[in-house]
Amino acid sequence: MTQLFHNARLIDPEAGTETRGHLAVDAGQITAILPEAAPLPPDRFPLVQRIDCRGLCLAPGIVDLGVKVGEPGERHKESFKTAGRAAAAGGVTTMITRPDTLTPIDSPETLEFVTRRGLDASPVRFASMAALTKGRAGQEMVEIGFLKDAGAVAFTDGDHVLENSRVFSRCLSYAGALGALVIAHPQDPGLSRGTAATSGKFAVLRGLPAVSPMAERMGLERDLALVEMTGARYHADQVTTRAALPALRRAKDAGLDVTAGVSIHHLTLNALDVGDYRTFFKIKPPLRDEEDRLAVVEALRDGLIDTLSSYHTPQDEESKRLPFEEAASGAVGLETLLPAALRLYHAGVMDLPGLFRAMALNPARRLNLPGGRLCPGAPADLVLFDPDAPFVLDRFTLQSKSKNTPFDGARLQGRVQGTWVGGTRVFAP
Amino acid sequence: MTYRARHLLGIEPLHPTEIITLLDLADSYVDLNRQHKKRSDVLAGLTQVNMFFENSTRTQASFELAGKRLGADVMNMSMQASSIKKGETLIDTAMTLNAMHPDLLVVRHPHSGAVNLLAEKVNCAVLNAGDGRHEHPTQALLDALTIRRAKGRLHRLNIAICGDIAHSRVARSNILLLGKLENRIRLIGPPTLIPGPMAEMGVEVYDDMREGLSGCDVVMMLRLQKERMDGGFIPSEREYYHRYGLDSEKLSVAKPDAIVMHPGPMNRGVEIDGTLADDINRSVIQEQVEMGVAVRMAAMDLLAQNLRAGAAA
Repeated sequence: MTQLFHNARLIDPEAGTETRGHLAVDAGQITAILPEAAPLPPDRFPLVQRIDCRGLCLAPGIVDLGVKVGEPGERHKESFKTAGRAAAAGGVTTMITRPDTLTPIDSPETLEFVTRRGLDASPVRFASMAALTKGRAGQEMVEIGFLKDAGAVAFTDGDHVLENSRVFSRCLSYAGALGALVIAHPQDPGLSRGTAATSGKFAVLRGLPAVSPMAERMGLERDLALVEMTGARYHADQVTTRAALPALRRAKDAGLDVTAGVSIHHLTLNALDVGDYRTFFKIKPPLRDEEDRLAVVEALRDGLIDTLSSYHTPQDEESKRLPFEEAASGAVGLETLLPAALRLYHAGVMDLPGLFRAMALNPARRLNLPGGRLCPGAPADLVLFDPDAPFVLDRFTLQSKSKNTPFDGARLQGRVQGTWVGGTRVFAP
Repeated sequence: MTYRARHLLGIEPLHPTEIITLLDLADSYVDLNRQHKKRSDVLAGLTQVNMFFENSTRTQASFELAGKRLGADVMNMSMQASSIKKGETLIDTAMTLNAMHPDLLVVRHPHSGAVNLLAEKVNCAVLNAGDGRHEHPTQALLDALTIRRAKGRLHRLNIAICGDIAHSRVARSNILLLGKLENRIRLIGPPTLIPGPMAEMGVEVYDDMREGLSGCDVVMMLRLQKERMDGGFIPSEREYYHRYGLDSEKLSVAKPDAIVMHPGPMNRGVEIDGTLADDINRSVIQEQVEMGVAVRMAAMDLLAQNLRAGAAA
């Protein structure tokens, strides 16, 4: 035993419990969970590093599915070093990075480069996703086998919809044979092309080109039909509308190997937050109306939607200080994922084990990673946080190189007090 | 209550009494413009810059004339041929211009919200001369003035707005303004040109001209914005004219004294019959152009007053 986290409120997403107790770590692994009343080794025992959790929450570190790091190509927006620091500060112990870089991660060589960069610079764990088609162009599939051997945990063209259903079905079949997970962005490309908002009164008032929420359902229905046809492993990156939920339910009930995720922004913000053309609120898919937001929160609580992540997308000031239609999409989220998610906890709609199931356990399981659990044998990837500590977010205090957060000036509750990766402390306030 | 805002970015933030204040002042400028000597000096010493990122002849001319008649130094910048083409961003262009200390900045831009963005970055008063599909406030004000002068009032009127609502900033500003003053607004057009959520804006939506025009006091036609159409909104111009083009036959179901308006430029034989557009008993299209200059004079006068008040404070 080398580390003892004592006096903690242990959040176990697997068991769905919240208990007072202690957690023992040895050689980077959790070795024991001790009840509150268990006798502790004496203070003077020299080989034990004692960490007093002061009754705060200790949970498995977040596994953030879909983090954009600007390497290669856009290091001025985010590097592995800054993304890793932001992750550590946000309680994220594993970043699942996106392949929609410049150039895209679509060959084993690029993947190897990125992996080396990440290992050198990132204080937290990371795993890379690779593109599904070369150049994310939707024409030819990448070397799925080689990339999988090189460590790619999933295959996705990011927010590029693979329009050609024939190509997509082949990609799904081929990936399915290798047991590789395919992640897609469910959206009808025809309806959504050139749009910047969700159709509704607000988009009409602001004169913004808008897409019907139905486009998401259409995209998802097509993808699910292809999954049924090919038997592939499929994850919808973001399901954000009411209309898409029944299709997802049907697919799961039919026993397809299907999961779905959602971004924290779609759970905590709605279309009206765009206000007077605030481009930090321009994300993809666009923010939805309040009914959609509530339906998606409900779906996350029920487990219909499996994963919750930040969809961390750093953009520099120049690409956001433009008229709304021309501005780049995306928001940073590594550091705000936890406090924003705690809004759902404070609102009484989700409990803490439920949140960590969506933010840590489910993404880890889906990608066959060992994290996301709080039990003996699991890696000691931990986050210690005070769920109640209030603060007002100042975007210039963020560790990310890019500061494009929609939560600037927002009142949030929940601060990370420490982050450990494999038992090594990577963040202290 | 007078007009207090620093900019004129849209109708949405205006209070009805602010609209009335503006229209009352515009009325007095109509009188001035009809005199032999059309000159005032309320903007003397001020610099007005017209920045048009999108083609415009009539609106730019109207703003230019309005500024000159009030004694401002007016400069026109056609932004289409300038630094934007060289890669300069909108904000940089605005900052550059701001350093030259203009007092009034008139801006038209093809993207919704671009004028709001620009207004955040400059010290002068900004007038929106049309941004994307968002707003075109001076057009709505001049339409309101035209209606008030023709009908003697600007409330409880049945007003039909017909045609390409989807791509029209004029329609949005008019819906907001006429709605604030408690008129009954009907939108008429094919469903492809009227976004569904429009129905939530306190209007009635019709896809049949005769049904919608029945009993109307005012018929506003909109230009079919061919340049904004990125694919298949209507089958053809001739079918559009047959179903939605205004002619005296369709107009016959409106009130006998109903007036016909069009913000221009017109596509004769597409959305409106040429003879009807020229019918001085029904069409007020020329008056709209005249009111345009007066309304823009009033708007710039009020903004200049607010500038002075701001400087004195």
